[in-house]
Amino acid sequence: MNNMELLEVKELNKSFDNKEILKDVNFSLTKGKIVGLLGKNGAGKTTLIKLINDLLTPTSGEILVKGKKIGVETKKIISYLPERTYLNKQMKVSEVIEYFKDFYDNFDDKKAKKLLKDLDLDINERLSKMSKGMQEKVQLVLVMSRKADLYILDEPLGGVDPATRDYILDTILSNFNEKASVIISTHLISDIERILDEVIFIDKGEIILQEDADKLRNKEKSSIDEVFRRMFKC
Amino acid sequence: MEFTFENNIPIYIQLLDYMKIYLISGVFKTGDKLPSVREFATTFKVNPNTMQKALAELESMNLIYTERTNGKYVTKDEKVIERLKDEYAITLAKSYFQGMKRIGLGKADSIKYLEGIDE
Repeated sequence: MNNMELLEVKELNKSFDNKEILKDVNFSLTKGKIVGLLGKNGAGKTTLIKLINDLLTPTSGEILVKGKKIGVETKKIISYLPERTYLNKQMKVSEVIEYFKDFYDNFDDKKAKKLLKDLDLDINERLSKMSKGMQEKVQLVLVMSRKADLYILDEPLGGVDPATRDYILDTILSNFNEKASVIISTHLISDIERILDEVIFIDKGEIILQEDADKLRNKEKSSIDEVFRRMFKC
Repeated sequence: MEFTFENNIPIYIQLLDYMKIYLISGVFKTGDKLPSVREFATTFKVNPNTMQKALAELESMNLIYTERTNGKYVTKDEKVIERLKDEYAITLAKSYFQGMKRIGLGKADSIKYLEGIDE
């Protein structure tokens, strides 16, 4: 086992009803990186993320996190922001914080409260009374307030306004440390590419490219967004 | 100050440019201790790894140096900063003349335009 690898995905395949969603996916990530998992809608991003989070079972292949097979142990060190909320919207933010504190040993409630305050969010508010952007911020704060080795954010910018988007990117950056890595899945590349170390392009269930973001810009003399558009012209 | 970055140019090169201007204009003077990578990354709102890369590049150009365990400092050699200023000014001047050439104006005419402009 290579100690440098935080995440290793080996010959991973996933099919639903004989339809191949992921085909022979191979890649690995080291710690201390912000990685963009970039692909169009339906490319397989969420399926891959769900497999890493043990919410789906591979058809074949293997996923290792810090050398361990996916399971209870790896769930403890992965902090996951799903595409859709699973929180009970009738709860107040303060209640959700308590719930996270009970559920995760590595949840830092003081940090969560501080981040929420920085973002001007009231912890006595019910989620159902908050705008979509505010709810997204709350969820991101909860996820980033766990002391994890791997943060996986599935479409963290979906449907938020540009000001909120900047807040979200700043929150990701200021909470990022060299001991952990962050995977951000999105199809909104231009919004996010400035904070990425590495990019992974996924299309029709296959990894097309994995490259250092600035190297790719240098090589192609264009933005990641343009490279992506050229490669996957509809 | 808000820093803007173009997505089509490597971010570390754009950071390098901001840093060069800081050094030339004396925001950081010769011998000054520089903020940490983390602090710079927060100011510029960029990935700390990218900031680290820009600082490493400045170091390889001998514009800054690392004192072991103590952090990074601006070079003590004023001549190095003077040379940087000179190179930067030449680049700006060249790009002005190139722009003027595109609209059919030669060097002499271009200089006349410069002289006609109040700062």
